[in-house]
Amino acid sequence: MGFFFEVLIGGLLAGVMYSLVALGFVLIYKASGVFNFAQGAMVFFAALTFVGLREHYALGFWWAFAIALATMIALGVLTERIVLRPLVNQPQITLFMATIGLAFFIEGVAQLMWGAKVYPLDIGLKDEPIAALLQELDMVISRFDLTAALVAGVLVTVLAVFFQVTRVGRALRAVADDHQAALSVGIPLKTIWAIVWSVAGFVALVAGLMWGARNGVQFALTFVALKALPVLILGGFDSVLGAIVGGLIIGAAEKLAEVYLGPVLGGGIEGWFAYVAALLFLLVRPEGLFGEKHIDRV
Amino acid sequence: MFYREAGQFKASYAEDQALFPIRQDRIGFIALLVIAFAVVPGIASDYWLTAILIPFLIISLAALGLNILTGYAGQLSLGSAAFMAVGAFAAYNIELRLPWMPALASFALGGLAAALIGIAFGLPSLRIKGFYLAVATLAAQFFIPWLLTKVGWFSNYSPSGVITTQPVQIMGFVFDSPARKYLLVLAIAVVLALAAKNLVRSGIGRAWMAVRDMDVAAEVIGIPIVRTKLLAFAVSSFYCGVAGALYAFAYLGSVDPDGFNLDLSFRILFMIIIGGMGSILGSFLGAAFITLLPIFLDILLTEGALAFNLNLEAGVTSMAQLVVFGALIIFFLIVEPHGLARLWQIAKEKLRLWPFPY
Amino acid sequence: MKAWKTLMLALAAAAVMTAAPVPAQAPGTQFIGILGYRVGPYGPNGAAFFTGFIDYLNLVNERDGGINGVKLSWEECETEYNNTKGLECYERVKTRVASGPTAIHPMSTGITYSLLDKAPADRIPLITLGYGRTDAVDGRVFPWVFPLLSNYWSCATGIVKFIAEKEGGESALKGKKIVLLYHDSPYGKEPQPILEAEAKKHGFELKLVPVPHPGNEQQSQWLQIRQYRPDWVILWGWGVMNATALKTAQKVGFPREKMVGNWWSGSEIDTEAAGSDASRGYYAASLNLAGKDFPVVKDIEKLVYGKGKGGDRKLIGTVLWNRGVAAAMITVEAVRTAQGKYGKKPLTGEQVRWGIENLDIDQRQLDKLGFGAMIPTLKVSCTDHEGSGLVRFQQWDGKQWVPASDWMSGDRSLVRKMVEESAAQYAKEKGIKPACMKG
Repeated sequence: MGFFFEVLIGGLLAGVMYSLVALGFVLIYKASGVFNFAQGAMVFFAALTFVGLREHYALGFWWAFAIALATMIALGVLTERIVLRPLVNQPQITLFMATIGLAFFIEGVAQLMWGAKVYPLDIGLKDEPIAALLQELDMVISRFDLTAALVAGVLVTVLAVFFQVTRVGRALRAVADDHQAALSVGIPLKTIWAIVWSVAGFVALVAGLMWGARNGVQFALTFVALKALPVLILGGFDSVLGAIVGGLIIGAAEKLAEVYLGPVLGGGIEGWFAYVAALLFLLVRPEGLFGEKHIDRV
Repeated sequence: MFYREAGQFKASYAEDQALFPIRQDRIGFIALLVIAFAVVPGIASDYWLTAILIPFLIISLAALGLNILTGYAGQLSLGSAAFMAVGAFAAYNIELRLPWMPALASFALGGLAAALIGIAFGLPSLRIKGFYLAVATLAAQFFIPWLLTKVGWFSNYSPSGVITTQPVQIMGFVFDSPARKYLLVLAIAVVLALAAKNLVRSGIGRAWMAVRDMDVAAEVIGIPIVRTKLLAFAVSSFYCGVAGALYAFAYLGSVDPDGFNLDLSFRILFMIIIGGMGSILGSFLGAAFITLLPIFLDILLTEGALAFNLNLEAGVTSMAQLVVFGALIIFFLIVEPHGLARLWQIAKEKLRLWPFPY
Repeated sequence: MKAWKTLMLALAAAAVMTAAPVPAQAPGTQFIGILGYRVGPYGPNGAAFFTGFIDYLNLVNERDGGINGVKLSWEECETEYNNTKGLECYERVKTRVASGPTAIHPMSTGITYSLLDKAPADRIPLITLGYGRTDAVDGRVFPWVFPLLSNYWSCATGIVKFIAEKEGGESALKGKKIVLLYHDSPYGKEPQPILEAEAKKHGFELKLVPVPHPGNEQQSQWLQIRQYRPDWVILWGWGVMNATALKTAQKVGFPREKMVGNWWSGSEIDTEAAGSDASRGYYAASLNLAGKDFPVVKDIEKLVYGKGKGGDRKLIGTVLWNRGVAAAMITVEAVRTAQGKYGKKPLTGEQVRWGIENLDIDQRQLDKLGFGAMIPTLKVSCTDHEGSGLVRFQQWDGKQWVPASDWMSGDRSLVRKMVEESAAQYAKEKGIKPACMKG
């Protein structure tokens, strides 16, 4: 039984890491209806910029963080200006394609700037089991994962407060509800979009730092986006809460499946299990856990 | 001046319904076929045939398949490569276990196998729409290669999971040289493209488009939505399956399930978006663009760096290539969000009036 | 906007029309076609290997003025570790000069498989240094493929032997539990048959734990391993999977001193990405030693980097960079050997094939070339396209790789037996009559 809980908790904590990435997708989808495929590339770019600044210019943690954040904000604003604005009113699939183009662009620029190297990233957290738990309960719970969960929790709270309380947050929600209505009451849509992309850049930076500290900062960081997709389907594309809950469910389900079903089926089922689980779930609830229900009118 | 349809009258329904109602189009198409079948094999080098033309034609077929599903029936799918894998492995197993089967029949059966799997994975589309569906097709994309790797029977228990295809043989004639393979692929591509062109203007095609534009409305006017959607999945997967079989037999020669990865699915999706959704021609144009552009950029940047005597650090050109590729995609989308096929249409409109615009 | 559209149409047309291969390289040189990769998930690994490869080619031109006066020329084509791109690159470098691309190093198991039928048809030898199809060791069935130095099965049995030594002899293996943590792909599946045979022979328990691509999340695999409580874990990964394995091992508290990687899981890229702390104590097999203490490395630093012709200085002396240097040296020596028979002029792939098959690099030769103990001696023959089969183990001390064993061979007779069986089956399937190639 102890082992079951160990897998469960490990899965939940891994799920938090997926949520971190999924959050970025949700923010942008919510405000602009764009399925931003470049989120993975943004995570990579943000982490690489941070690490590159630390390595090549020997900057302190917060300096590097600030500059990386500024870079991400600049990227967000430029994306709005150059890519999204000319594509207003185009079908979703075209915007989706544009973000794929953006993903290539960012991946290329990131590697041009900092080289196609693997950088270690040490943010001062050891990824080791908490000794007390290991001795008392023989359970492996990593300090790092707990911290990541904490960071994700703080991030979501901050975002929630930002959305609920601030003026910009209210405008964001209005835009998410109805672009045109928001425009007609005088909400500056373009500014809002730029803000959303910048916030998504910030989330990407946090996610990039956490994932980078785990596996090293390298191109493979772009793949974490794939881990976030089933989380998105399950949680709903436009729900911040859904990203968190979806992440927890996917993380736990995936680990339990690999450990208990994997040996029966031949192993390596993690790659598709999350997708199949999400698919089955969608058959029951096509808009995901917290997604907005969509009513078709003729 | 040359592209003017004034004076071409349609006197019968048959003429009105012709595949290419305009004479210049007909002539152009036939000329293209003559060049492709008779001239190209004579003048193209092995590099052009094996590294560019054959993969281009095969991938065009897959793009065509996806365009039927996404462009015509409006069901976004990110699992095209998985259906290609089904076609490739099915054709391989048919050839392996029934050696008397002519290659063309194996390819068709491979396509049918893919169609069946396609229907199975199309079932969720009855309830799920849009991006939710796209991500759900990813389940197919990850599950199928996994299954092909895990179940040894599919790869005839090859320890590494790689299959090496049998020689392509039809009635004792072996398609072994690049030119022969090219002709085989070309013939299949032409036949299937014409079939698709016919299909999309039939009742089925119109039903697809009705579903694409608004499925609830389509249902209200009496289109059987279940059958229409599943048929789109079946036909689309058939095309992908045949493309997959050709990919294995006429192009790579030996493939492993990992070769049909998400990357390939995405590339096929790029092709139809860049080429033009809901356009047969667009599938080919998009395939040409996505296949050729990276090669072109690679050669251009490498040679450019040499020519200007830039002592670039190795690898810089590869990365610059990514940047330019991404930027060009965005640029194209902004300039013409409806794809290359639309550009071609605009060009035709212009040609109609040229050289006297008014 | 209209003008834009017209312009774009023209550009698109131009892009389609002009994508033609460019003309030949400088005449009178030995042209080497390189299928490299420097971007994408495996870019860092490729960058290290191919930088070393090209650095050595530069050295031969700078120091010796080529091979017996025949200068080297080369072209690198980016494959992104992708089979279809690899094929395009192969076709491109193949036709670049009339004599062909000398010999191809695909540096990817996937691309190797794609070229397995094509290269013999084009009469171009494939050198698959420590990867690719293992049974290609039997040159009677695979005359054009050379898994030189050592192959996956030699590596796997070598690892078993190494573990046995650490445990105190082969008899101590009985009842031990060993996990193979592998990349779920053709590459990861290569060692399985021989490890299963070894398990039966020595009486240890083998558990296979696959990691789905790309392997950046291994929580469940490692929890399984933790529950299973193995004595050793063999790591068979590539790219991000290696760093993640080390990191997750640390997370679940599995001692890294009980982990042995193969030679694609043991470079600075892997250990440094995981953090030196997570990796300390980790063993990995190697085809070559790391480090800069070899005369050839000093020469490259002086004559290539000194003249500004090198790549990234930081790569010098790393495991994969040294491997690239060694791979280039073997190619060059094969050409030199072939020149002994065919004359001092640019040689074709067919002539170089003979050179590889008759390659004999003994310790004296290695010392003369400045390689010393970096790689084992190499003697290739028709029946043995491996030529050495030796591996050496290295351990990460937190800063660098240090040798942890001498050159050693695994279970040679078992490997040989399985290679011949497997090759014979392939020959039967393909209708090949096993025979040595002449001339």
